[in-house]
Amino acid sequence: MSDCHPSVTAVPSTQASLTTGTPVIALAGQPNMGKSTLFNLLTGLNQHVGNWPGKTVERRQGTFDFNGQPALLVDLPGTYSLTANSPEEVIAREFILREKPAVVVAVVSAANLERSMYLVAELAALEAPLVVALNMMDVAEQEGIVVDAHVLEAALGLPVVPMIASRAVGVKDLLRVVEKVMMGEGTYSPCLPEIRPDHQEVLEKIRAQINGYVPDPYPLRWIALKLLEGDVEVTRFMQSALPPAKWDEVHQILMAHDDAFLAVASGRYEWIGRIVRAAVRQPRVGQIGLTGRLDRWAAHPVWGLIILAAVLGLVFWLTFTIGSPLQQWLDENAVAPLAGWAGDHLAWAPFWLRGMVVDGIIGGVGSVLTFLPILVIFFAAFALLEDVGYMARAAYVMDNVMHVMGLHGKSFLPLFLGFGCNVPAVMGTRVIDSPTARLLTILIAPLVPCTARMAVVAFIAPAFFGRNATLVTWGMVLLSLAALVGSGALLNKVLFKGQRSAFIMEMPLYHIPNLRTIGLLVWQRSISFVKKAGTAILAMSLLVWALSYLPNGDLNTSLLARLGHFLEPVGRWMGFDWRLTVALITSFPAKENIIATLGVLFANSPDSGLAATLASTFSTATALSFLVVTMLFIPCMATVAVTKQETNSWKWTLISIFLMLGLSIAGGTLVYHLAMWTGV
Amino acid sequence: MPEPSTRKSLSELAVGEAAIVHAFQGGRAVNNRLASLGFTPGVQITMIQNFGWGPLIVIVRGTRVALGRGEASQIIVE
Repeated sequence: MSDCHPSVTAVPSTQASLTTGTPVIALAGQPNMGKSTLFNLLTGLNQHVGNWPGKTVERRQGTFDFNGQPALLVDLPGTYSLTANSPEEVIAREFILREKPAVVVAVVSAANLERSMYLVAELAALEAPLVVALNMMDVAEQEGIVVDAHVLEAALGLPVVPMIASRAVGVKDLLRVVEKVMMGEGTYSPCLPEIRPDHQEVLEKIRAQINGYVPDPYPLRWIALKLLEGDVEVTRFMQSALPPAKWDEVHQILMAHDDAFLAVASGRYEWIGRIVRAAVRQPRVGQIGLTGRLDRWAAHPVWGLIILAAVLGLVFWLTFTIGSPLQQWLDENAVAPLAGWAGDHLAWAPFWLRGMVVDGIIGGVGSVLTFLPILVIFFAAFALLEDVGYMARAAYVMDNVMHVMGLHGKSFLPLFLGFGCNVPAVMGTRVIDSPTARLLTILIAPLVPCTARMAVVAFIAPAFFGRNATLVTWGMVLLSLAALVGSGALLNKVLFKGQRSAFIMEMPLYHIPNLRTIGLLVWQRSISFVKKAGTAILAMSLLVWALSYLPNGDLNTSLLARLGHFLEPVGRWMGFDWRLTVALITSFPAKENIIATLGVLFANSPDSGLAATLASTFSTATALSFLVVTMLFIPCMATVAVTKQETNSWKWTLISIFLMLGLSIAGGTLVYHLAMWTGV
Repeated sequence: MPEPSTRKSLSELAVGEAAIVHAFQGGRAVNNRLASLGFTPGVQITMIQNFGWGPLIVIVRGTRVALGRGEASQIIVE
């Protein structure tokens, strides 16, 4: 290690966090290194999921018992590097530089040391107190890789703790070492990677130019490296920090060396290579592991699609055989009795108050909450497939299909979630790296037929189409997906000029799922859905209820009915009367409200059931067009709320609403007239 | 050892074939992301899956990475 340069500046700064009481420990690591597993293991249910300020990047933090005292653990976003390619990288490095956590734990994988050490090379340059958690020792052993943690520690000049987070092995050791580093005990003299020798001189030149102009808390050497790497953030703020003449000189140097990022990256990998060669015994190359064998099928362009179809089929089957009956059961045995109970106990109250509580709150929010079992099954299936490592394969085999819309495979994952509910689909678009691809995916996500819409179809289709109901139902799903692909392709051409983002995705090793990770993910997603039901959905339910009640308590003469009459001319294009139009409007708080509204509107009819009444009132052409419009109608308000949250723009939220409105009116009109013309 | 300079794009590599990265022709942002995943000049890449169309899978520095055909065709190997 003659070329190791121990960093003299990297002295653990414990003051910042010790004076405030609760020490702050940050978890950093690349994706698929078991960082979340470690985070969940330490914090359990004592974690809070929110957003980083001003960003749509998830911020997870939690408290845990740190050798007898509480400590705050912050889970930094999983990133491959710390160069500003996306908001995640900027968040991770800004947190370390500005918040100065007492210790940064870098999670690396023993099974994939070379790649995962790249982030450690970047972290070391930030001059923060580092501890390396050498995770996945078991996976490494399976693959025949032997890592000597002591040699690694000596070569790095950083504490290294071998562990298996999925089985809670080595966690105590890790906490002990973290405490030692926090107290400034033990050896701490990290070796820093050097830039490739042929660029040493230019790095020195830049360093000399910017010396004295680098704002706090950025280390000089790090800024010089990031400038050479072409980091957009650092370039931007150094341009304003330097006097114009100085900047011109620096800019000249950078322009002459625009391939310098390769020298910086190569320098890091050479540093890693030396360390890995010393500490790791690799198996002979060429042997095919479990992942390779499974991928021959799961990632095959034909077999992979068949397997994906089977997996999706299984998830739907589970959802509809377990989830849907549960949803109905809840509706009949929880929401209905609760509404009845509330009605009885509010017998003293004015009529409007009883209506508001029973129909507005319990009827609106309650019916949305009955979808929780369906969502839980969906979330669990999704989390399991994700944790096993299958989702990357699904994205891979769907890449060709997504190309039609100028998207790539990763956009398929959130869209898949949309079959359960469009809300997690819109939020799930966070996995997409490119902002334009993400926006496009958000815009088309509401076209994925969610379970609520399928419930409406499942009610109406049998009433009108009898034995052909299944056929009609599948037709509706295919129509939605065709509309999704069509509008995706069109939007890409019109709004995004046909540009396409790069498809670069790690294919993680398959591994045994961790039930704790899956359970916590399902828990968090369910909680956030319930919270939404209690806030945004509650407010909209009350508004729609008020419109249906005012001014004199009768739906047939209410403001909502007047709105339905007002909009009836448009409804006529699609063969609707004012009642169907009103039913559609009330689908905004929750899609399945359509049935409830129709129930109220047709309450006085002589026929036995609602389905029979509808079948005798409307033509088949009207029924077909109503189903089409239901599938394509404006997103439900929960979806609109997350669209606003995720795009952070009213403009795109409105575009999303009007896109769906236009599509549904066009689709409904077309189908109605086609059906009339062919005499269905 | 004689060295026939046979440069081609990564997307032309057959399954099971290995090659050394020579240069990157893509945009800066893409190259930066590739570099952080281990694609640097001089590194060996092994092709795992390549059907001549659609995305492909390679192994670089012990990691399996899926690449779009467009991205792969901008990586020059020899």
